[in-house]
Amino acid sequence: MQIFDSFLLEAVINGILLGGILALLALGLNLIFGVIDVVWICYAELIMIGMYSVYYAHNVYHWPLALAFLACVLLVAALGALLHVLVIRPVLGAEPINQLLVTGGVLFFLQAVATLAFGVEFKNVGVSLPALQIAGMYISFARLIAFGVALGGMVALYLFLKRTYIGTAIRAISQDRGIMPLMGVSPNRIFVLTSAIGGALAGLAACLLVLQYDIHPAIGLSFGPITFMVCVLGGLGNMVGGFIAAFIFAQFISVGGYFLALEWGYVLAFLFFIGMMFWRPQGILGGK
Amino acid sequence: MLSVSRLTKRFGGFTAVNEVSFELARGEILGLIGPNGSGKSTTFNLIAGALAPSAGSIRLQGREIVGEPANRIAHHGVARTFQIPRPFRRLSVVENVALAAYYGQQERPSRENAFAQAREALALVNLPAEDSARVDGLGAAGLKKLELARALATRPQLLLADESLGGLDETEMHQAADMLAAIRAQRGITIIWVEHIMGALMRIVDRCLVLDHGEVIAQGPPQEVAHDPKVIEVYLGSDAEDVQATVAARTG
Repeated sequence: MQIFDSFLLEAVINGILLGGILALLALGLNLIFGVIDVVWICYAELIMIGMYSVYYAHNVYHWPLALAFLACVLLVAALGALLHVLVIRPVLGAEPINQLLVTGGVLFFLQAVATLAFGVEFKNVGVSLPALQIAGMYISFARLIAFGVALGGMVALYLFLKRTYIGTAIRAISQDRGIMPLMGVSPNRIFVLTSAIGGALAGLAACLLVLQYDIHPAIGLSFGPITFMVCVLGGLGNMVGGFIAAFIFAQFISVGGYFLALEWGYVLAFLFFIGMMFWRPQGILGGK
Repeated sequence: MLSVSRLTKRFGGFTAVNEVSFELARGEILGLIGPNGSGKSTTFNLIAGALAPSAGSIRLQGREIVGEPANRIAHHGVARTFQIPRPFRRLSVVENVALAAYYGQQERPSRENAFAQAREALALVNLPAEDSARVDGLGAAGLKKLELARALATRPQLLLADESLGGLDETEMHQAADMLAAIRAQRGITIIWVEHIMGALMRIVDRCLVLDHGEVIAQGPPQEVAHDPKVIEVYLGSDAEDVQATVAARTG
């Protein structure tokens, strides 16, 4: 078998594009964990709500798609802040397991609310983008856009964290929470802001996913678990690690799917994950 | 400028600080001394707002600060350093200090001004202020200086210095002590200094407050405290003569 055929190349390229989306998904979760030290188990459900908001704004109320996207990002950012104030803040000092359970509870709550409010039938925004044909390979235009936006979002977050005072404070508070008030910083405000940014990233992911997938109340389950695995593989809370892990995972799924069947790609990725957890349980770039 | 009255902190059945009262005038340096576990750090935490007192009052320039959150107290002009330095290791040296300059003052400076003030504070403690300077490149003495620069960058009225010069050599120790004296002279900052190395502390403080088991057992000028039989018994012990000699050399 000729190893370097154009179908393999296509699989590798699609893997890279998928990696961009996975990296964006992992970014918000890692930001929240890195700064607040809490895992939002319900992260993918925030994305689900965001996807519905695009559908209702665009398809039901006929807003222009760009406006619907903007509304989605703002809505999910607000949901992120609300999640922190209502759910996370009361359990900030509690045991990690309690924090997991409480956000797990929010997961089921959001799924149930979505089922009641939006019904179980699949919805689609009906924006279909063409596949690009380059040198005999088919590259999904939606994936290409998603990749570009995901990369842009990550660069924007990086610059924000690196170049602004709030960003510096966010990086600082992730290292030593207790000392911040002595410098006049209220950790509470930083946490709410970080939660809103995490929510905005989830909203951005929702805008990109809505172009590729149908919306249903359990859609979060199809990319929630893989997002957690990417984060854990990279080292929970480590944004660079999550970025690298996203591309490794995506290649397993895409190239593995090319050599075998698509489902086998996921099986390989999960096997790799399990193997890595034995070898490096702290993740690729994790601390201890 | 600071008036602490009957300050008390209980942890369950244990009383860490018991009815401590003292006054501090503007520009004074007070040495807060006593054996380990005598309540010095707890007193610092109470003044800085990291802990809430069980009873008592703390007035800063006439304003009651008990019950205010720590970040507000920082804005009122209280800064502190930690015995074990707690820098943000993944931020650069300048970023560490600029963050304090930006957030720690009542009136928030512009980004450029905060960096300028950070460099100023770093110059005051003789640390490099280049953008490339990393926290990991600093030694024990450097980390203590960074801690001090970060506190100074908030432009405090009152500095709570948990110095612990223990890890430093003789020269570094005297430099650090002189630095505190210079900071008071240049900026008129009032300082409370916790320190176990009496040879360094007694050279520069105006007054001492001695704690034991959370209670004030003596307070007064160094020459008085160094000869106080109770202080010698619970704290100075066999070092008493050396300390008395230090104090005598200073006054004479």
